[in-house]
Amino acid sequence: MPNNNSIARGRRAPKGVMRRLIRMVFEFYPKLLPLALICILVNAIVSSMPSIFMQNAIAVVEEHFASGDWAAASGRIFYLLTILITMYVISLGANVAYNQLLAIITQGSLAKLRKKMFNHMQDLPIRYFDTHNHGDIMSFYTNDIDTLRQLISQSLPQLMISGVTLISVFCIMLYYSIYLALVVVCGVVVMTLIARYVSGHSSRYFLEQQVTIARTEGFMEEMMNGQKVVKVFCHEEGAKADFDKVNDALFENSCKANRYANILMPLLGNIGNVMYVVVALVGGAMLLNGAGNLSLSGMALGISIVVPFLNMTKQFAGAIGQVSNQVNMVVMGLAGAHRLFSLLDEQPETDEGYVTLVNAQEKPDGSLVEVAERTNTWAWKHPHHDGTVSYTRLMGDVRFFDVDFGYTPEKTVLHNITLYAKPGQKVAFVGSTGAGKTTITNLINRFYDIADGKIRYDDININKIKKADLRHSLGIVLQDTNLFTGTVMDNIRYGNLEASDEECIAAAKLAGADDFISRLPEGYNTMLTGNGANLSQGQRQLLAIARAAVADPPVMIMDEATSSIDTHTEAIVQKGMDALMAGRTTFVIAHRLSTVQNADAIMVLDHGRIIERGTHEDLIKLKGTYYQLYTGALELD
Amino acid sequence: MIKVLARSIREYKKASILTPLLVTVEVILECAIPFVIANLVNEMQAGCTMDVIVRYGVALIAMSVISLIFGAAAGSTCATASTGFARNLRKDMFYKIQDYSFENIDKFSVSSLVTRLTTDITNVQMAFMMIIRIAIRCPLMLIFSFTMGFVMGGRLAMIFLFTVPILAIGLCLVIRKTMPLFRRVFRKYDALNDSVQENVQAMRVVKSFVREDYEKKKFGAAAENVQKDFTRAERILALNSPLMQFCVYAGMVFVMSYGSYAVITSRGLDLNVGQMSAMLTYSFQILMSLMMVSMVFVMITMSAESAERIVEVLSETSTLRSPENALTEVKDGSIDFDGVNFKYSKKAERMALSDIDLHIKSGEIIGILGGTGSSKSSLVQLIPRLYDVTEGSVKVGGVDVRKYDLEALRNQVAVVLQKNVLFSGTIKDNLRWGNPNATDEQMEEACRLAQADEFIQQFPNKYDTWIEQGGSNVSGGQKQRLCIARALLKKPKILILDDSTSAVDTRTDALIRKGFREFIPDTTKIIIAQRVASVQDADRIILMEGGRIAAMGTHDELMKTNAVYQDIYNSQNRAGGDKDAE
Repeated sequence: MPNNNSIARGRRAPKGVMRRLIRMVFEFYPKLLPLALICILVNAIVSSMPSIFMQNAIAVVEEHFASGDWAAASGRIFYLLTILITMYVISLGANVAYNQLLAIITQGSLAKLRKKMFNHMQDLPIRYFDTHNHGDIMSFYTNDIDTLRQLISQSLPQLMISGVTLISVFCIMLYYSIYLALVVVCGVVVMTLIARYVSGHSSRYFLEQQVTIARTEGFMEEMMNGQKVVKVFCHEEGAKADFDKVNDALFENSCKANRYANILMPLLGNIGNVMYVVVALVGGAMLLNGAGNLSLSGMALGISIVVPFLNMTKQFAGAIGQVSNQVNMVVMGLAGAHRLFSLLDEQPETDEGYVTLVNAQEKPDGSLVEVAERTNTWAWKHPHHDGTVSYTRLMGDVRFFDVDFGYTPEKTVLHNITLYAKPGQKVAFVGSTGAGKTTITNLINRFYDIADGKIRYDDININKIKKADLRHSLGIVLQDTNLFTGTVMDNIRYGNLEASDEECIAAAKLAGADDFISRLPEGYNTMLTGNGANLSQGQRQLLAIARAAVADPPVMIMDEATSSIDTHTEAIVQKGMDALMAGRTTFVIAHRLSTVQNADAIMVLDHGRIIERGTHEDLIKLKGTYYQLYTGALELD
Repeated sequence: MIKVLARSIREYKKASILTPLLVTVEVILECAIPFVIANLVNEMQAGCTMDVIVRYGVALIAMSVISLIFGAAAGSTCATASTGFARNLRKDMFYKIQDYSFENIDKFSVSSLVTRLTTDITNVQMAFMMIIRIAIRCPLMLIFSFTMGFVMGGRLAMIFLFTVPILAIGLCLVIRKTMPLFRRVFRKYDALNDSVQENVQAMRVVKSFVREDYEKKKFGAAAENVQKDFTRAERILALNSPLMQFCVYAGMVFVMSYGSYAVITSRGLDLNVGQMSAMLTYSFQILMSLMMVSMVFVMITMSAESAERIVEVLSETSTLRSPENALTEVKDGSIDFDGVNFKYSKKAERMALSDIDLHIKSGEIIGILGGTGSSKSSLVQLIPRLYDVTEGSVKVGGVDVRKYDLEALRNQVAVVLQKNVLFSGTIKDNLRWGNPNATDEQMEEACRLAQADEFIQQFPNKYDTWIEQGGSNVSGGQKQRLCIARALLKKPKILILDDSTSAVDTRTDALIRKGFREFIPDTTKIIIAQRVASVQDADRIILMEGGRIAAMGTHDELMKTNAVYQDIYNSQNRAGGDKDAE
């Protein structure tokens, strides 16, 4: 059941997730991503250059302002300006390019990832959905993807730009003066330590906030779904008190998380200012004392070095601030990516089947040949080891031989099930909840695989049949009806995508659904939303029956298919149901014994074993469990 | 809208007002620091002594420390104010919803309420944070930077008159283009996620019809559609950064060309080197704050829709309230419907119930039968005043239900709803909903009456067994019996079972009814059922059809006089499977 396997939220992602994420985006955009990265690089490098020209220009101005001779200076100034403008143009071009590319890459990657997740999810076995909380699965597509959006579109480029800025500015610093650069390095160490401390706290609380958000959401969802019960029992005050508890916990975490995050910027900004002052002091002291300079350029220390150096100090501090600003995003994004990867790493449903279902035509001698067009005669195409292919007519003969099964290896829920359903027969299962009725049907369509024994379908081991073809040959109507957003017609056609409108309407008539559909505002074109919220449970079940009818399979499984139709309506539907079941092998699970009475064989299940079997009359004569159930002497639950 | 939202600030008012004040000081200092620095640079160029540098240094460090203190304090109060505001909003909304009537709840869907309580509140929280911190910060920064720019740079600052309008107009265009796009794409995005949910829930259907590829294609198309719109919007938004860089660059080029010209030709009198470098700093700062303003603007506009959705919930007034001087005593379990007409909403065209005249004596057992959509549930939901009648009146104990205190009335009228729910918690926790002070003996007694004790005793943890959300770990029949027991613990004067034993087998069903007759004979019992057997022994049976009472009488009377009733009876008994145990 759900809940026991929910994916841990609020954990820091293990190492390697970042690399995998980048690799994945790279695979999505093997050309655009490197191009974008190059543009980022160009933009970052070029935009950190101008301080050199600024310094040169200021040096020229200093040289000439005493004389006031503009004509002498203008030549060099214009030369510098030309280079500067060229660089600016390159930088702007790169800026436009990488921003556009990133917008495409981010949204494209998210869409591709979403599709990848969804496609992978379609191929997962039913077991995955039975053992994972649906809310948890949903949050892959909402919360986790959203955190990735920030990560790819903002944090990654920002980190890269800041990194490049840091490196190039640092190189220029070394070019000017190694001593002053060392002062900056000391400041950087302090800033990094502080940033690590503060952002460590904030990201911890941000992760905890994610956990409490999920918890609050779960609580609200449960309470509101039961809101009517809350009202009926006047339990409003209790619900409010419980809500306050989860709400306060959420507040605590998000308040702390935001507080640390908010403090970080002023902290780093002002440490940057202090660093600035220290550089000014050291630079000033060195200027005044005429201390020697050590630099890559070999320039002597002068005011024309100290001034741009001060600007670079500011730029440097700003870049560190930018990096630390992204830390929370990165931590949350990676935790999200980790969860997404856990979905992508789930083992998909395996299928070793090689027997396929094909359209066939009977030759006069009674043998079958495969044909391309639809003939309404189906055959199993069975390739053999020696290269020959044999065809078996699809009849709908299902046999179980000594089948054992357990959802987990430790607990066997079905024991020694042996049964047969000949083509066209109706086999019914009766028993309490947990007796294994639904489990048996789960095995026929291979939602789960048996542990021991054999199931043969038209005398073919079902493990050899391709799952898709096996399921195509089985129609199923479940107790909980699920409809899809779309018109009534779309929903019926879900059973057979090639069915014409007339075929769909005929199926609806067969199921007894035509009557209420034609009374809907727009008949068959009425839009259904929210799992057919505007229909009653009974009407939804009728649609599900119509959906199965249009698929026209040789074998039908009806799992409590009429449980929500009132008996009066059921009596009306029964005719359609009988028409639907005629000529088909049918497995029926029903709560009302009246619906199974005319079955060819009734199996009474108890704790995963068949304890009685036979026709209604046989079982009544037997005066066993079925008889007791029938007379109401025994409880069926 | 703002007034409604502002009501939820409450105890965080101080923090909300303090934050902009603290930010103001921080901004003043932040703008003053480059000014001091420019002077320092000038002094250094003039060849000042070391102690001048030290003096400036001390002043700068002092300013940085103060700025840090105020900045950090602002960050902290801002966090408290915005998350506190969000907490109050969530609380107010949740409380409000608790006071909603059924009519109100029906109006919003549960999933929409949950989104409003989560995503929408998060959006508003972010916007609030922006407003009290950055939205104050940026314009201030802008004004200060402008002033300082003109003070410091003199004519050089004229460049702002050129670049700022370009940037402002550019940003406005971007916002105007992207806003409607974003609004549309977010709606599409919601629909996309809804379709995922639908798919996950219907996975058994998808797999059994082998529609995996069909679903993949459907989802792929929808995802690409969302991607296309998102990319379009983001690509326009991505023009912000180059636009801003262009303006910065333009400023730099101007300052370098015209600046150096002005400095040299005036021999540093009109303009000096320090002013030139200060201008470079300011032009960057001004454009940065404009940029921030634009982002804040986008955020706020985006969250405006969220705010609207929240206000919708908050300003919805409950259509049902206890009257003043309400009665708190319910005399007995008699029920009277006098000329009742009822429809679910004022806009509905069709009456759900019409011309209902019905008088039930205290202690009577009433059975109600009728097809799907015959308004059986609507009829009984009027008794505990879950809805109000449109015309006519419903009386309990001889008094109009609208005169009772709601809680007092509902404590005497227990309804076991058709769509019933158990909550995550132990069995005991769930039972105590009926009576918070119930003793273990009382609970066991109620469970015996509801035929639930037997299976509970079989659980390893008995009454302390944990029930999963929605009661997913007990069977349908067990759930129904637990719900009946929960209602019995209220010791009501009227007990209504709305199709509450449909998953219980006939024998147990009969035992439950037998228990009712023997142990709570004075309680009025109304039983809605699909099985004739469940109502056969009632004092009177009501047959509903299209919102009207089609027939009423005992089983024998109806068998003789009513064709529809005979039909139902025969259809259920022809097969014989649902025969009663007695």
